[in-house]
Amino acid sequence: MLQVIELAAARGERLLFSGLSFTVAAGELLQVTGRNGSGKTTLLRILARLARPELGEVRWRGQPVADLGDPYFADLLYLGHAPAIKDELTAEENLHYAIAIAGAPASASAVRAALAEAGLAGREVLPGRALSQGQRRRVALARLAIDGRALWVLDEPTAALDAESTDRLRRWLGAHLEAGGCAVVATHQALAGDGLPLARVRTLELGGGK
Amino acid sequence: MIGTILWVLRRDLRLAQRRPAELAFALCFFVIVASLFPIGIGPQPELLRAIAPGVLWVAALLASLLALPRLFAADHADGTLEQMALAPQPFTLIVVAKIIAHWLTTGLPLTLLAPLIGLQFGLPAEATGVLVLSLALGTPVLGAIGAVGAALTLGLRGGGVLTAILVLPLYIPALIFGAGAVEATVAGTGASGHLSLLAALLVFTLTFAPWAAAASVRIALD
Repeated sequence: MLQVIELAAARGERLLFSGLSFTVAAGELLQVTGRNGSGKTTLLRILARLARPELGEVRWRGQPVADLGDPYFADLLYLGHAPAIKDELTAEENLHYAIAIAGAPASASAVRAALAEAGLAGREVLPGRALSQGQRRRVALARLAIDGRALWVLDEPTAALDAESTDRLRRWLGAHLEAGGCAVVATHQALAGDGLPLARVRTLELGGGK
Repeated sequence: MIGTILWVLRRDLRLAQRRPAELAFALCFFVIVASLFPIGIGPQPELLRAIAPGVLWVAALLASLLALPRLFAADHADGTLEQMALAPQPFTLIVVAKIIAHWLTTGLPLTLLAPLIGLQFGLPAEATGVLVLSLALGTPVLGAIGAVGAALTLGLRGGGVLTAILVLPLYIPALIFGAGAVEATVAGTGASGHLSLLAALLVFTLTFAPWAAAASVRIALD
């Protein structure tokens, strides 16, 4: 579904990677690893069309994403470093507005169910500033439970997560792949495990060997 | 498509409601700056009436400048702006929604407060009416032009000062027609010409500024 052809990216004067090609098929997860500063975030931002590559092309369902425009965003769920949680809004409002602005408004009960699934039952009305880092991350990740899109691009989704939440993320990823979706995840943590079979996970190491 | 605009609008208004202090800053600034002139100049009704249009408009302009960082900076810092740029709707529409929300929480209260300040300058009733009308037409222009400045300086250190330097010269046409409309009313020559030009300026900026601001935000996100 996702195809990357001869991609090159630079940060300032420094070349991060070049000649990078891979495909991610339906039901497959690509785990991106590599030391700090090797271009993981840049690669993911290019996939999300937030950054532009120096060279090369990203294709989604056979079409270059640069030409696809807004329909590509309807298939894409990108969660970056920053969890995009507002201090002034409650956990429930945060999730509610996030998915509504992303074009998939859901009912209040569906939002509550997603938060409960993310282990935040009873925390729905807490303002963002009262949530811990891990809880903020969980509010952001709760989108995975409610917003069914074909391509997930997740940047360090396990940062600040406890073991239980990481397992939950595995199950969500497993179910997503099972349903024919695909995902690109940048993380140093071993992803395959309970609920996410190793056969579905491929690894790409940036920097060093390809 | 309209749905997304309404959601962004609702979200921004809710956020503004949760931090009322920020809203109050710009309004207090407007009231204080405009009130300093009568106090400083003393009881000279003729002089005060003559400078009122210009002073009120400059105060409104500075107050709306003060509120500009609120438009994008916080959303940029916590990653929300990134998510908005990834919505499957044209990003320009989202920027339009943000500009409207910003105007509802800055420009509109300024406009409604203006008659009260006008009293301090002894503005006649008719001129006060024109002042309100000119601010109602003019403050969205200030917000829309300001959005371009705020977007261009996103993520820069000292962005606030840079925004002022970028944006203030572009505010001049709105200032000329806005203050001109009130002056013309005080002088008794009729304000319709100035107000028409101000309305034309409003249409022009609302057409182009959101588009330019959206493009600048995209560059800032890259």
